[in-house]
Amino acid sequence: MAVDPSSLHLVLGDEELLVERAVRAAVRDAREADPTAESRRVKVSELTGSELDEMLSPSLFSEGRVVALEAAQEANKEIVEAILSHAGQPADGVVLVVVHSGGGRAKQAKEMPKALRDLGARVTECPKITKPAKREAFVREEVSNAGGRIDAAGVSALIESVGSDLRELAAAASQLVADTDGRIDETAVRRYHQGRAEVSGFAVAEKAVTGDRAGSLEALRWALRIGVPQVLIADALADTVRTIGRVAAAGRTDTYRLAGELSLPEWKVRKALSQARGWNSSSVAEAMRAVATVNAEVKGQAADADYALERTVLRLVGLQGR
Amino acid sequence: MADPDVPDSGVWSEIVGQPGVVRSLLAAVRAADLSVRGDSDTGAMTHAWLFTGPPGSGRSVAARAFAAALQCEAEGGTPGCGQCSACRTVLAGTHADVRVVAPEGLSISVAEMRSLVQAAARRPATGRWRVVLIEDADRLTEGAGNALLKVVEEPPERTVFLLCAPSDHPEDVPVTIRSRCRPVRLSTPLVAPIADMLRKRDGVDDELADWAASVCGGHIGRARRLATDSQARQRREDILRIPRGLQRFSDVFTASSELVRSSEAEAGESGESRDEAEKEELRTAMGAGGSGKGTASATKGANAAVRELEKRQKSRATRSQRDALDLALVDLAGFYRDVLIARSGSTAAPNHPDFADDVAEACSEWTSESTLRRLEAVLYCRRALARNVKPLVAVEAMITTLHHG
Repeated sequence: MAVDPSSLHLVLGDEELLVERAVRAAVRDAREADPTAESRRVKVSELTGSELDEMLSPSLFSEGRVVALEAAQEANKEIVEAILSHAGQPADGVVLVVVHSGGGRAKQAKEMPKALRDLGARVTECPKITKPAKREAFVREEVSNAGGRIDAAGVSALIESVGSDLRELAAAASQLVADTDGRIDETAVRRYHQGRAEVSGFAVAEKAVTGDRAGSLEALRWALRIGVPQVLIADALADTVRTIGRVAAAGRTDTYRLAGELSLPEWKVRKALSQARGWNSSSVAEAMRAVATVNAEVKGQAADADYALERTVLRLVGLQGR
Repeated sequence: MADPDVPDSGVWSEIVGQPGVVRSLLAAVRAADLSVRGDSDTGAMTHAWLFTGPPGSGRSVAARAFAAALQCEAEGGTPGCGQCSACRTVLAGTHADVRVVAPEGLSISVAEMRSLVQAAARRPATGRWRVVLIEDADRLTEGAGNALLKVVEEPPERTVFLLCAPSDHPEDVPVTIRSRCRPVRLSTPLVAPIADMLRKRDGVDDELADWAASVCGGHIGRARRLATDSQARQRREDILRIPRGLQRFSDVFTASSELVRSSEAEAGESGESRDEAEKEELRTAMGAGGSGKGTASATKGANAAVRELEKRQKSRATRSQRDALDLALVDLAGFYRDVLIARSGSTAAPNHPDFADDVAEACSEWTSESTLRRLEAVLYCRRALARNVKPLVAVEAMITTLHHG
């Protein structure tokens, strides 16, 4: 049996900002229909079955009500059953918004989204944005929603200096539109944002093994500055060097077959093959010893772990192309 | 053995190839017996003992035998009969007055030590002595060492502390504790007593016993394992094939991942089933699977306890993997030692007599310098592992050196 889709919403995913927006939109829609509607937000894990019943049952004067159930993936069996039974027979004037991350431990909680979909819920999907292209599109959309325009260089400059958190990106985008005349390019971004928000250990390692002395040191300093743990940087250095070693030692050029043999993802093999130019077996051996040493050093063997990392990066740069 | 001061029966038969140690421990047990009866004290007994010796020489076994002999209830004859219930329960680790601390994780915490100190302050319940036996005293954290020190400094009248450590070097045992203990130094047991023990105790046939005793490097537990477990033999074989198997550079990576994987497997085999059983047991104890009022809140507490247990299990797994890897590295180091011995023309006994062919080949190909560099790399890798370096990274760095020389 399908219910009126305006009284049942499912917000599926775990991208916080988008979830928040979807919930707010659902509440707004309900308020539009009934301006006096009361809105409640509760975490499912804090609910008991009877509390839930009370919240979702019609009131004496049938005032409108919007109930948002957050973190529904943590519900236990009893609550899931209660939610589904209410969702199937909604009380008049009660709008139910279920926020679900898509995961969940218990079987029933995991299968709840499908059940709600079958009941005819209006679904808003908010999956985590992981692909750079999607993130860029998000920034572009944010800017145009705020009434401005941004060029490609501006987008990448903004992401580089603000980071990948959508909330921060959205805030920065609307602020930029307000501060400029609406046309945003790289210089406009640079005027307000400087530095780098995210540098991974792998970015450092990549620059080091390709012999980019200035770039690798800069990346390392940024990484340390923004608090990337030294151990992670050391691990990234080790992983990058040994991948080069393994790929180079295998000595084949068919990346797909190599990826299968070494059980590595194909893109990693391809990258390592291009990095492997400038390395030979003796310099790789030397580099492997260097990264093993720094692995001990960042775990308390060196007086100054930052310096140990810096020296190792310089060492790798020196070994490359030798 | 006819010497009445060095019996080889009862609990004393557990101590392999250490006549001097047996003699002084037996004297101590006799003196302890006199002092309990209120007779004059000969001074052979004291309240704290530190057993040191190379790994596998049987430190904790000797300490346990000593504890059993102290508690032995047999009248007349040599104390430590191995037959009475006191002897048997001590050896089985269930005697009420013998507390054994055998860390399975990476260290002994101060909390653990404090509770132990409390227990140590009580008078013995059934036996004549309260014995506290700390295996791996080198794993005491600084705080735990200090907690122990307090009680070793002012020991309760009838409490005996037995500490075991690889050496009395300050890195292993704090000097403050060491200075309050009487040292018992075990030496590396010789081949013949080990082989003898394998034949008598484990019923291993002559050939296998001699072989296991000759390749174990004086490590009794290792000899036993090699003599009784065919998988352990296979693993050793695989490890000792590594030095001569490194032909191309790509062999470095296969050998390293193989070495790390096999040590993981060795540690994982027994570990995993035990982890699951422990978790299940804990969950049941915390009321999982129950129904009715209050079960929900009970399970919440249980999850925290399970996480706590998982943390301990992880520490244990890390340790057993490290131990397995360390054992492999010791075998590997033995190979390079053999090559060095062969090159120097010395007649010292080799570690791996059964790999003489490989050693001879290596001996003709490598220079002494490069062999020494390889040996250094193995030893450095052992140190690196103890310092928490990722096993694969440390092993790969080592094997690249083994390959290049």
